[in-house]
Amino acid sequence: MKSKSLILTLGMSLLVLLLAACGNAEGSKNSEGNGDGEKSTKEIMVDGSSTVFPIMEAVAEEYQAANPDTRVNIGVSGSGGGFEKFVAGETHISNASRPIKEEEKALLEENGIEYTEFEVALDGLSIVVNKENDWVDQLTVEELTKMWSEDGGVKTWADVREGWPDKEIEFYSPGADSGTFDYFSEVVLEDKQIRQDASLSEDDNVLVQGVTGSPNGIGYFGYAYYAENKDNLKVVPIVNSDGEAVKPSQETIQSGEYNPFSRPLFIYVKNEALQNDSVYEFTKYTLENAGEMAKAVGYVAKPESKYEEALKKVEELAGK
Amino acid sequence: MNLVDKQVIQNKMSKRLVKNQFMNKLFFSATAFGIVVLIVLLYRVLSEGIGHLDWGFLTNFASRFPEEAGIKAAIVGSLWLMAVTAPVSLLLGIGTAIYLEEYASRNKFTRFIQMNISNLAGVPSIVFGLLGLTVFVRLLEMGRSIMAGGLTMSLLILPIIVVSSQEAIRAIPKNQYEASFAMGATKWQTVRRVVLPAAIPGILTGGILALSRAIGETAPLLMIGALSFIAYLPENVWSGFTVLPIQIFNWTGRPQEEFHLVASTGIIVLLVILLFMNSIAVIIRNKFSKRF
Repeated sequence: MKSKSLILTLGMSLLVLLLAACGNAEGSKNSEGNGDGEKSTKEIMVDGSSTVFPIMEAVAEEYQAANPDTRVNIGVSGSGGGFEKFVAGETHISNASRPIKEEEKALLEENGIEYTEFEVALDGLSIVVNKENDWVDQLTVEELTKMWSEDGGVKTWADVREGWPDKEIEFYSPGADSGTFDYFSEVVLEDKQIRQDASLSEDDNVLVQGVTGSPNGIGYFGYAYYAENKDNLKVVPIVNSDGEAVKPSQETIQSGEYNPFSRPLFIYVKNEALQNDSVYEFTKYTLENAGEMAKAVGYVAKPESKYEEALKKVEELAGK
Repeated sequence: MNLVDKQVIQNKMSKRLVKNQFMNKLFFSATAFGIVVLIVLLYRVLSEGIGHLDWGFLTNFASRFPEEAGIKAAIVGSLWLMAVTAPVSLLLGIGTAIYLEEYASRNKFTRFIQMNISNLAGVPSIVFGLLGLTVFVRLLEMGRSIMAGGLTMSLLILPIIVVSSQEAIRAIPKNQYEASFAMGATKWQTVRRVVLPAAIPGILTGGILALSRAIGETAPLLMIGALSFIAYLPENVWSGFTVLPIQIFNWTGRPQEEFHLVASTGIIVLLVILLFMNSIAVIIRNKFSKRF
């Protein structure tokens, strides 16, 4: 009796394993789009930054409408999560709102994955204060550094510049996982610690509400979030490298006048995948339309000539 | 002899009544608080989202234009996910419950398993996502497919199903078993003819509530790499997919106000699906429940 039930149990587990294994074989046939010469599948895997997602979604929507037999899959794992999948060879294209990091480069090299970086659009990190704030006319990067770093010794607006009111500042910042945070800390904080009393949120809409609701608040986020809430927020002109105070706008971000806070948004394409016709066509389509789509979803296009350069590079890489 | 001193009671009575009244009000406000929050939430979601709810919303794919955005891929993805999760988790869950309650002998090992199952029910869902990513997506090479997502979700709700099924089985009076054994029935015959019919309302109620949880989860699926944009319908369990909560999450993070309204519409649809599933659970319970 005992042995019989044992055999039954073992048999059942074997059956389950077998089923799983069968499933596997089929799975790797259909869904794994590794891009090495699989011209029949026409599956394009994209993953990465949630900041870049709206642009890629718009591009994919149009591309899909024109090419119904190709399937574009876009995930949102964040810039870092996207690179992780890119390193594992699971995606053809990785979206990122920051340049690739050294350790990610090393991992890609280790796995023998060659890639090319393309800038698809620009975003202007907008520094905003409450609508009722009538004293801040402009800020320099040094002042921002002093304000945002833990040991900057700033508590009230009066600490930033003399003559400003003696009111305690409330800080709103994107979460430490976002590319926006990465970029801001690199430019403003350098290697310093961000102040502990800043409210961090992964949802930029929460930051918008935070600054809207607190008269002494200050925050920063992507240009699109400012542009959508222009009526409720006041944007702070930032003194650029030429010593001029510049507000973010389509023109100043595109021309680079709004520096150092206009930042590029990237896609990283696996070189090998460009041999696959559908990935090649999609990448080309992306670069041809990214500017227009970026504007449609609230970002800023790069100058036309940059896209043309990028297109030439794609053709070169694909050997066409 | 006076057993009860009426005077003392008289003196204490008013105090007791006040206390009773106070507790009454306290418990009422505890209930009211939850209901008020729920009403505010429902009102907000309905007032924001109802305007966008039309046939197009259900039959369009996601779009960069809020007015054209729809949830076709997300709804179908959620249904596919359920089609994998429901059979897997119910079969494994009920099987485990029957084994633990009916067959397993009570020793240290089964107690250890029992304790682990209860603990698993409290593990954060993101941890199951990590497990799914390593085991199903990477190790078993299922890729970011419905199969991988469905199995991850099954693991997530398995403990809930096991525990609720065990409760349902345990609630069956012992004399029912004894009657069955007295007729010469084997254990399996007893389980099939006596235990399962009596326990099925409880098991299914627990099961459907667990599935309702699975249909509203986002974190584990984001972890295993469920997609956010697809403009085709999955055709088998190895396709990529997206689900309703991911689509809603995605829309709420957009800068454009219109997308927040679209997200509310998505929430309404998700709520309707959840209500539908829960009412099935209620119907099953009422229809099949037997009183002993």
